[in-house]
Amino acid sequence: MQSETKTTGLKYSKMPCLLAQNHKKGIDKLGKKGRIVLTVIASLFVGIANGLFGGGGGMLVVPIFTILLGLEEKLAHSSAILTILPLSLVSGIIYITQGNFTVPNGLWVGGGVIIGGLIGTFLMKKLSNNALKIVFYTLMIVAGVSTLIKNFGG
Amino acid sequence: MQIFLLILAGIVGGIIGGMGMGGGTLLIPILTIFLDVPQKNAQAINLVAFIPMAIIVTIINIKRKGIDYKSVLMVATPALITSIISALLVKKISSKALSVGFAVFLIILGVIMMIDTLRKCIYAYMNKCKEVYTVND
Repeated sequence: MQSETKTTGLKYSKMPCLLAQNHKKGIDKLGKKGRIVLTVIASLFVGIANGLFGGGGGMLVVPIFTILLGLEEKLAHSSAILTILPLSLVSGIIYITQGNFTVPNGLWVGGGVIIGGLIGTFLMKKLSNNALKIVFYTLMIVAGVSTLIKNFGG
Repeated sequence: MQIFLLILAGIVGGIIGGMGMGGGTLLIPILTIFLDVPQKNAQAINLVAFIPMAIIVTIINIKRKGIDYKSVLMVATPALITSIISALLVKKISSKALSVGFAVFLIILGVIMMIDTLRKCIYAYMNKCKEVYTVND
């Protein structure tokens, strides 16, 4: 009875640990230079997302900070907001000069975003809640599919 | 009513943005799907609306959580170059093409992040099992 527990314990417990270790080793193997190069390459895509799609860059910045630069999750999220700020500022100015910003709508949404942002920054401690993340990613996928339907399905 | 919905959309996007999860990922689709804002306008609104919020939230974050300025600089500098180039390119791309591209971007990113989160859940669960078995040993 006792030996049976032991084998099951080994079978299920060591596997994920080893996988996690290998995953981390792969990034450690890159060395400091390799990680910086990968960070710069990934950052180029952050800029493309921000400029081309007008959003979603922050989503890419967080994994760069946590996986490549080893930042702790909350620090990664607060740093991500500051990282996107100059990008949005420059892209936003370009969008305005191209005549894409509509004043009344933009101001109402902007007011809402400020209120939401203040709520969000105090909710950051909920980030460790995986259920919340799964809901958010599900909404993202639903939003993507709905956008496609709107474009092709009428 | 329209004004109320615009503010509500902003609050939803703001909460996610304020958490540093990328508010635009939900704000842009809400604006285009429910409020019939054209894709490019929705993108512009998201970019501009993010700026004052990010300033306020960053001031709060500096005091409460700290910010890793070195990492910020390392990512923001190269990203700034491509964001300028791609924002200038937007003029040459149709709203429909952008909308489809953005939808595909959302779906791919959503699926990847979902898998990563589920993987972490399984690790956490299995490590818990390990603890139980270690006690049994």
